[in-house]
Amino acid sequence: MPISVQSITLTLNDRRLIDDLSCTIKSAGISIIMGPNGAGKSLFMRCLHGLAIPDSGAILYADKPLNPSIRKQQSLVFQTPTILRRTVLANLLFVARQRGIDDPAISGEYLRQLRLDHLAHHPARLLSGGEKQRLALARALITKPTLLFLDEATSNLDPASIETIEINLQSVSKRGTKIILVTHDVGQAKRLADDVLFLHHGKLIEHSKAATFFKNPKSAAARAYLAGKLVL
Amino acid sequence: MPIYSESFAAAFHLLASSDNDLMEILALSLNVSLASLALSCLIGLPLGAILAIRQFPMRDFLVGVFNAMMGLPPVVVGLLVYLHLSRSGPFGWLGLLYTPEAMVIAQMILITPIIVALSCQVLEDLHEDYKDFFDSLVVPRRTALLAYIIDARYSLLTVILAGFGRAVSEVGAVIIVGGNIDHLTRVMTTAIALETSKGELALALALGFILLAISLAVNFLVQWLKASAKRRAYV
Amino acid sequence: MQTLGLIAISTIFAASSAMADMSILVQSTTSTKNSGLYDYLLPMIKSDTGITVNVVAVGTGAAIKNAMNCDGDVLLVHSRQREDKFVADGYARRRYDIMYNDFVIIGPAADPAGIAGSKNIASAMAKIATSKSIFASRGDDSGTHGKEKSLWKVANIDQTAGSGDWYRETGSGMGATLNAAVGMGAYSLSDRASWSAHGNKGDFKIMVEGDDQLFNLYGAMLVSAKKCPTVKSKEGQAFIDWLISKKGQSAIATFRLNGKQLFFPNAD
Repeated sequence: MPISVQSITLTLNDRRLIDDLSCTIKSAGISIIMGPNGAGKSLFMRCLHGLAIPDSGAILYADKPLNPSIRKQQSLVFQTPTILRRTVLANLLFVARQRGIDDPAISGEYLRQLRLDHLAHHPARLLSGGEKQRLALARALITKPTLLFLDEATSNLDPASIETIEINLQSVSKRGTKIILVTHDVGQAKRLADDVLFLHHGKLIEHSKAATFFKNPKSAAARAYLAGKLVL
Repeated sequence: MPIYSESFAAAFHLLASSDNDLMEILALSLNVSLASLALSCLIGLPLGAILAIRQFPMRDFLVGVFNAMMGLPPVVVGLLVYLHLSRSGPFGWLGLLYTPEAMVIAQMILITPIIVALSCQVLEDLHEDYKDFFDSLVVPRRTALLAYIIDARYSLLTVILAGFGRAVSEVGAVIIVGGNIDHLTRVMTTAIALETSKGELALALALGFILLAISLAVNFLVQWLKASAKRRAYV
Repeated sequence: MQTLGLIAISTIFAASSAMADMSILVQSTTSTKNSGLYDYLLPMIKSDTGITVNVVAVGTGAAIKNAMNCDGDVLLVHSRQREDKFVADGYARRRYDIMYNDFVIIGPAADPAGIAGSKNIASAMAKIATSKSIFASRGDDSGTHGKEKSLWKVANIDQTAGSGDWYRETGSGMGATLNAAVGMGAYSLSDRASWSAHGNKGDFKIMVEGDDQLFNLYGAMLVSAKKCPTVKSKEGQAFIDWLISKKGQSAIATFRLNGKQLFFPNAD
């Protein structure tokens, strides 16, 4: 379902972190949110997912405000994943059970898909950073979300882990899952993006198709950012 | 000091001969402490969990109250329980004064704040870690509560141990509400107080050694549990 | 955890239901308990009457207050004046003489007040006060404490002037006070039974004994059912009846500690 964001604003400790932001995000494909540090990318994503509530404005999913049943169709992979103090498999099973999936075989399938099957019975908190992030993605995917958020989920990972995650993202996107992803990795954005939302100082500066954004950005800020010259 | 060797010998002799009176006193000590501990956990763990994860107006005040109550002097608790359970007090009709139940009640009042305050702290840390993930997943509050208690179980074991330690070593409250009656309400600590007052210092110390041995055994058991948990690395 | 709790609770209740109705609660003093007298008498009472006697041993003052709160069936203490007041106030129908022994002044072998062997308690107390030798008082409103205060009065000494200096009130039971006295080399007043049974004597000895003033009388009272309807009058009276019976009295007389008789029966 398409997302309609209508002039949302969020102020914290007298700082306007999201400033009159409006946009429409299509219900398919991979949308990428870019912008310098502190632009409000993560916070905007948290607003979309309902983890943060804007002071004013509205976010509508197919004309409906966010409610628990819409939220249950979404998953969010955090920049630093929260790992339950359990085994890898138990982490996955906990999430699966929240969505009424009781068959352990399904969990096993997702572990294989993210190259974690050999670690199923290992304590999850002792995994490496890349393994943890893959586990977080497995937990997100097992709920079969219609909308998947990723908040800089591949920063600090090695190329092999990044590749595994990107392959999975492309395949679920093809099968109809909408993906919204925050990243600083221009290469990754170029590989994955269908459209790009560029944020700066809490404002949406530019929202265009990926090809347009990377070849010929409209705003000066986006041009500077892509050239590695934009500082906050 | 020669009293140590004398006391060690006496303690060993009492244990080796599994002295009937000693076994009775020991059993009552453990029964009373474990019963009060179990009841305190039934009340204290959920209460600690609720204080850890819910925000409501009186929350910080309540946490402060429970923290302060950890330092309640046992004699004061004993006195209050005595006044309530006395035949002339409001709950006198229950006929509980000078019974093991009265001792359980007094110890519950002593250790519930410990369970609440410490478990709240443990679960608060875990909640800080888990809350966004659970919020994102739309986990029902009850499921979240259970997950916190399960995932913090080894830290909570230490909390429970602290409660047990306080219960089993406490004398001020149980001697007032239990009366240190032979074969009815005499426990290890009141027996130690009695032997001390009789000037039987070596015997009193011997009983102290036995109490210490129990504490050590329980602590080592928990250490071992935690170590094996670490091996399976639920850290 | 829940199972553990249930097991523990049911054990507790099983333990308490074992003390069925054939048991009474006696509020008594530490002197009778610490000497081992009850350990000697109670099994006989149990086999003769079937009554289990549970004894709470506190100071006489606390014992009387507990009994006035109805937390006891029988009171067995040693402070004649207060016992008479207890009866006069209607908390008991009458008082029974049970037994007596005597008080003694104990002190360190060094004997700084020079009272060893004295038979005159008043002059011995005066010597302790004038030499400012340390004296450990119960200070806990017990029968022994009351006796001690009356002895100072007889000696015409205001001991409270030395409070915190040479006169030290422990606020504790007899045993704890004796431990304190031995620990700080102080004189103290004790009933003979408690002193004889005390295990931690150091180099302490009996300094003064044998004065008529040192007489120590024990009395028993059944708490009045009019004041306290929960009192087990029948069993409580049976306990007192046994104590004043021929058998009870001779049992008290035959009780020995370290080969010495500590209590002398004197029921009518």
